[in-house]
Amino acid sequence: MVAKPKPKLAVWKFASCDGCQLSLLDCEEELLAITGMVDICYFPEATRAEVKGPYDLSLVEGSITTPHDAERIHKIRRSSRTLVTIGACATAGGIQALRNFKDVKTFIPLVYAQPSYIETLNKSTPISEHVFVDFELRGCPIDKGQLVEVLNAYLWGRKPAIRPHSTCIECKLAGNVCVMVAKGIPCLGPVTHAGCGGLCPTYQRGCYGCFGPKEDSNTRSLAARLASPIGMEEDDLVRLFRSFNAYAEDFRKESEAHED
Amino acid sequence: MWTIQPRGLGDLLEALRNRGYRVVGPVVRDGAICYEDLGSIEDLALAWLDEQEPGNYRLTGSGNGDLFSYSPGAHTWKKFLHKPSVTLWRATKDQKGLHLKEEPTAEGKVALFGARPCELAAIAIQDRVFLEGPFVDSFYAAARKEMFVVALNCSHPSKSCFCVSMKTGPRAATGFDLCLTEIHPNGEAELVVEVGSETGGLILADLQRREATEKDLEAVRKTLEEAEQRVERSLDTEGIQGLFDRSFESPQWDDVARRCLGCANCTMVCPTCFCTTVVESSDLAGAEATRTRIWDSCFTKDFTYIHGGSVRPSGYSRYRQWITHKLANWIEQFGTSGCVGCGRCITWCPVGIDITAEVEALRARERTGSGSGGSSHEGNA
Repeated sequence: MVAKPKPKLAVWKFASCDGCQLSLLDCEEELLAITGMVDICYFPEATRAEVKGPYDLSLVEGSITTPHDAERIHKIRRSSRTLVTIGACATAGGIQALRNFKDVKTFIPLVYAQPSYIETLNKSTPISEHVFVDFELRGCPIDKGQLVEVLNAYLWGRKPAIRPHSTCIECKLAGNVCVMVAKGIPCLGPVTHAGCGGLCPTYQRGCYGCFGPKEDSNTRSLAARLASPIGMEEDDLVRLFRSFNAYAEDFRKESEAHED
Repeated sequence: MWTIQPRGLGDLLEALRNRGYRVVGPVVRDGAICYEDLGSIEDLALAWLDEQEPGNYRLTGSGNGDLFSYSPGAHTWKKFLHKPSVTLWRATKDQKGLHLKEEPTAEGKVALFGARPCELAAIAIQDRVFLEGPFVDSFYAAARKEMFVVALNCSHPSKSCFCVSMKTGPRAATGFDLCLTEIHPNGEAELVVEVGSETGGLILADLQRREATEKDLEAVRKTLEEAEQRVERSLDTEGIQGLFDRSFESPQWDDVARRCLGCANCTMVCPTCFCTTVVESSDLAGAEATRTRIWDSCFTKDFTYIHGGSVRPSGYSRYRQWITHKLANWIEQFGTSGCVGCGRCITWCPVGIDITAEVEALRARERTGSGSGGSSHEGNA
C-alpha cells in the first residue's frame, strides 16, 4: 500500500508585521507534530525551499494594500484548495487600515523622499474583500492554540472549534473580575471576539479589541456606557474603536459615529 | 445556638482543614470579593464594605468594626460544584481500535466558608437540576456529596440585592452545616452559630464557644430584621408566568435589545445558570481525543445553532429567552423560580441592565396597553 501523501501547506504574506506567521513557528511543542502531518511547501519566513502548488491549505497573513497584491491574492486562491486568513490584517485590514479614514495620497510625501516610487491603494482591505475565504482566524496577533486548532480541523475535515462569542465569557471562565464594573476601566471585551483568553483584563487592563468584533456586537450600547458614566470623550471613543480592527465593519461604523 | 468570638473563625477554618476539607471562601482580589482557597484565616475577607448598583461595583474598607459588611461579589460557588470546564472523557486510537476512558469524578471534600442565604437557595436549585432529574450529573454529584457549608446570614445587603422578594434571604433557613450571624452586643463583633447538621455539631464542639444568651438571639433577630428592611430592590413575582406568556411580543424586547451587549456576563455570574457546551479536541496525529464540557450561555448565537442557522438569531430573542426561562418557565420545569435575588446580573452587567426593572417595564407596558403586538420586525425570531 502506498502511503497517502501529506497535505501541502503554504504560508503567504501580504501587508503585515509577520507576527501571525511567527505564531506558527512559535508552536514549539506542536511544531514537530505539524511537520509530521503536513508538508510545508511554501513558507519564506521559515525556509527558502519551495515546492510548487497547488496547495491543500494556504494560510494568508496581511492585508491588500497595493495593485500588485490585489492580483497576487487571486493566483494564491486559484492554487489553494482551502484558504484560511490569519490575523487582523488579513481579516480586517489591520492597523494600516487607518489610512482608509483619510486620503492616503496626503501621507505619501510626508513619509517617502521619492513619492513617485510608491504605488499603493487608497484602502487597506481584508483578503475576503478580494477572494473567497474558507475561514478567518482573528487576532492581533492570532493565538497559537487557535492556529493549531484550525490546522487540526482542516487536517481532519471538521469545523474549527473557534467560538465567536464575547471576550467576557473567557474572562468569566478564568475567574477574572470585570475591570469595567469593578474599576471603571474602559474595556472592549463585551463587543470583542474571544480568542485571547481575556489577556488584558487578567492584568487589570481594558480589552483593546485585538480579535475584532464578536458576533452581533452591540457597539452602540457599549459606547454609550463608555461615554457616560465612564466618562470617555468622543475623540477617545473614535480612537478606542479605531485600532487593529479599525476597518472591521462594526468597529468602523462605531468610530465613524463619534467623529465630527 | 452558640456564640463564638471572631478569632473562632480561624479555629473553625483549622478544624475544617484538620478534617480534610479544602476550605474555600471570600477573599479580596482585584478590587472585588472572590471565592477562592482559604489557606489561612488571613486570607478571609474581613472588614470590607461593598457598593453595588447596576453595572458598578466598588470595594472599600468598612471602617465601622463590622466583619462582614459586604454582600455576594464577583464569583459564585458554582465554580466549585458546576465547574467552568470539565473533561468528560478521553479517547485513544490505535491498531486495535478506539478506546474510551471516562474521567474520574472523585473530588476531595470541599467546605464553603461564608455562603449567603441566597447562595444556598441557588445551590438547592442546582441540586434539583443536576441531581433530581432523570439524569444525574456525576461530576456535580461527586463535588456535592461531601460538601460542608458554613453559611453566613446577611447583615449588609447591597443595593443590587432583592432576596426578600425572592424569599431567599437575608436569613438562611436550611442547607447549611453551620450558620453564622454577626452581632455587636457590646460594640464588639461576635458570631452566633446555629447548627444545621450532625457534622456541623461535631466541628463546633471543637471550638471555644459559649451558649448564646437570649440577648444574643435578640441581637440576631434585630440585625436580620434591619437587613431585611435595607433590601431596597424587589422583583414582583405575582402571576409572573402569565406576565411572560402575555409579553411574548412585547415592544420591551426591542428596548432591552438596544441596550443588551449579548456578552453573557449575566449568565456567567448567575448562581443558577447551568448551560454548557461540549467541545471536542484531538491531537494532530488523530490518535487522542478529549471531550470537554464548558460553561456556555443562551446569549451566544452558537448556543442554538442547528442546521440552517441559530434558532435565536437576535439580541431580542436571546434576552427574552434568558429572562423568560429564569423567571417563568423555570417554575414549570423545576418547581421554583430560577432567580434567587442575589443581584449579580444587575451589578456585573457592563451596561447595568436590571432584571427587576425589566419585569417592571413589562408590567408597565401591560398597564398602558403597549404590552403586545407592538414589536417591529422580529416576530418569533
